[in-house]
Amino acid sequence: MPGLFIDVKVSDKAAKDTAVVAKLAEVCPVDIFAQDQGGALRIVEENLDECVLCDLCMSAAPSNSVEVVKLYE
Amino acid sequence: MSILINSETTFIVQGITGREAVNLTRENLDYGAKIVGGVTPGRAGRDVYGVQVYDCVRDITAKTRVDGSVVCVPPRFTRDAVFEALENGIKLIVVVTERIPRKEVAQMIELASLRGARIIGPNCLGIISPGEAKMGGVGGPAANTKTAYSKGSIGVMSRSGGMTTEIASTLTAAGMGQSTAVSIGGDAIIGTSYAELMPLFEADPQTKAIAIYSEPGGRMEAELAEWIQQHNSRLPIVAFMAGRFMDEMPGMRFGHAGTIVEGKADTTAEKIKRMKEAGIAVAERISDIPKMLQERLGEVK
Amino acid sequence: MRFYEYESKALFARHGLPLGQSGVADSAVHAREIAHRIGRPVVLKSQVLSGGRMKAGAVKFADTPDEAAQIYDEIFPIIVGGQKARSILVEEKSPIAQEYYAGVTWDGRRKLPVLIFSDMGGIDIEEVAEQHPDHVSKTHFSTILPVTPRIAKEAIAATGVTGGALNKLTPIVSKLIDIFLEYDLTLAEINPLVRLEDGRFVVLDGHVDMEAEARDQHAKLLKELGIGPEETRQARPPTDFEIRGAEVDASDHRGVAGNVVEFDGNLGLIIGAGGGSLTLFDAVRSQGGHPANYCEIGGNPSVNKTCELTKLVLSKPGVEKIAVMMNVVSNTRVDIVARGVIKGCIEAGKDPSETIAIFRIPGAWEEEGFKILAKHKVDYCDRSVSMYDAAGRAVAKMKSA
Repeated sequence: MPGLFIDVKVSDKAAKDTAVVAKLAEVCPVDIFAQDQGGALRIVEENLDECVLCDLCMSAAPSNSVEVVKLYE
Repeated sequence: MSILINSETTFIVQGITGREAVNLTRENLDYGAKIVGGVTPGRAGRDVYGVQVYDCVRDITAKTRVDGSVVCVPPRFTRDAVFEALENGIKLIVVVTERIPRKEVAQMIELASLRGARIIGPNCLGIISPGEAKMGGVGGPAANTKTAYSKGSIGVMSRSGGMTTEIASTLTAAGMGQSTAVSIGGDAIIGTSYAELMPLFEADPQTKAIAIYSEPGGRMEAELAEWIQQHNSRLPIVAFMAGRFMDEMPGMRFGHAGTIVEGKADTTAEKIKRMKEAGIAVAERISDIPKMLQERLGEVK
Repeated sequence: MRFYEYESKALFARHGLPLGQSGVADSAVHAREIAHRIGRPVVLKSQVLSGGRMKAGAVKFADTPDEAAQIYDEIFPIIVGGQKARSILVEEKSPIAQEYYAGVTWDGRRKLPVLIFSDMGGIDIEEVAEQHPDHVSKTHFSTILPVTPRIAKEAIAATGVTGGALNKLTPIVSKLIDIFLEYDLTLAEINPLVRLEDGRFVVLDGHVDMEAEARDQHAKLLKELGIGPEETRQARPPTDFEIRGAEVDASDHRGVAGNVVEFDGNLGLIIGAGGGSLTLFDAVRSQGGHPANYCEIGGNPSVNKTCELTKLVLSKPGVEKIAVMMNVVSNTRVDIVARGVIKGCIEAGKDPSETIAIFRIPGAWEEEGFKILAKHKVDYCDRSVSMYDAAGRAVAKMKSA
């Protein structure tokens, strides 16, 4: 189930960069980003609404490659 | 002036690398607090928002003046942390931690009294002298704190951390600033009660009146009433009493650890009676407090 | 957290306090067996967490084992202070020469423990203190210095007790202080502590309360005494609703949401924090509202936790609307709570704009929170509306609905 309040968009390039994915999984305090065994990015949908808008994911990835979308705006 | 803390007060944060303590450190620094060090055993050499972290309290007290400490460590380590602060000569200790058993709280308070020190809390959000400094989580982020609190002449004491800010915010909206607001803690045994803060407010020329938030349980309101009667206080007091529904529900604990009706003296009805007898005005609503204070301040003039 | 008499006595026994022969019966047959083993007249006492057993007729004497079985059946069904008996304590009955009272508790004003002793035991100690103050002593003692017998001795002697009685009572009362401190009790009481006609001193009845905060530290003792972690031991047993609330609260460690108390009204409350909840509950009631529950959220609970709490409250029969209210928040975030309650309404199959009677949480992240509330057409207000008036708006909506 997608988030009711929050969505995240990750550019294809960043999603395929295992180093970036690992960093995203590490910095997110509410575990929205996970890394599969093959290194691929998996968005944990049930955690989307827990996003605290800390922007740590946006600073962890190359600029403009991660976007946090507020679905209520 | 203010009581307990001002812009010159230096303090440390014990348990500074914990999640809540990191937040609190940032919020206090943003508000202008002078935090001269932090302690987390085994983490010496790190820094938290520019505050140096040390293994022991004495590493900081050895080189600089330390007026106070905010203790923000898990319950089972709290007594030890407070003892360490006391044995290194710190005289004002704010204990944020909740769920500390009473015996350990009593031990901290007993040692503090032997060392001539004061404990605020446990289970509190600390102290703020608006426009000067804050020590503890009271008011939250600096921007929020500045919205709710303003400098002025009302002293605030509250058994609830959240209600400290609600009352200050209501006063600020009515154009009434605060001298110092103290979240005294919600436990059955706390370091400093209303009556024990009264002499400080009484001696503070900035403070002209007092607002209090109170709850069922304990004897703190009766103690305050007695103090007022014995000392012929110059300060008009308006108190708000929450939890009136609890009078009908003896033995049930609501809200804070100290909030339970076990005997008649614990009920709101009895506390309101005692306070009124001592000349303390009791507000039915938080929003009535500013007007009631103004009326009483008018009489003083 | 109150212990039953038989649990209190089990704790006393571990520390060598003198007790009469006894057994805990859970059937009439069992009561007969215990009385037979004791081999002399017995007293049967209903095991409830409430006072007033004697008045309710739930304490009776039996001269023979057969009589003990009969009395078991007679007193087991008696409800004392709204509580059913857990079991019946069968204890030897002995001729009493003198009754004493000994209790240890905390004095929040002096911030020290206090030993209360009286040579007029067996009755309500508050009454004795009022009518015979010279027969009650109150002795405060340090929590830093070791406990030595002089504390008990001074307390006992202060009521005029001397001679052999003083020397025999002192170690018993001193042990009571040890037990009080060792197990983080809030009350350790022996009433009465008796001198029998044969000269022995015996603990006839006693009760202890353990501080809820210290339960984890004493988990081993509680397990050995058979006190389960699910037993709240409040003034009344928890309802299913309250047990489910505790499960929601335990579901993750972020913040507090789910510490609920059930009431029989129709307005669901999602309120906080500790002091704010008390204030808001009063405000709803004083304006004619009927709360379905009390609760206190705080410490910035996760969206999921608030969502589950909302669903729990809405699952209560007759609850169509909830009021979401707090004092000005600094740690808990307005936007996070807003997400939680809206999500809870939607997952419960309800329209948030219809279901949330009012949302009044000002403070941290309120701009963000208000955007979410506006988007979902929820009626909300900022700090310019008092807690009292916000509660009033919710009550008015219930009346017009």
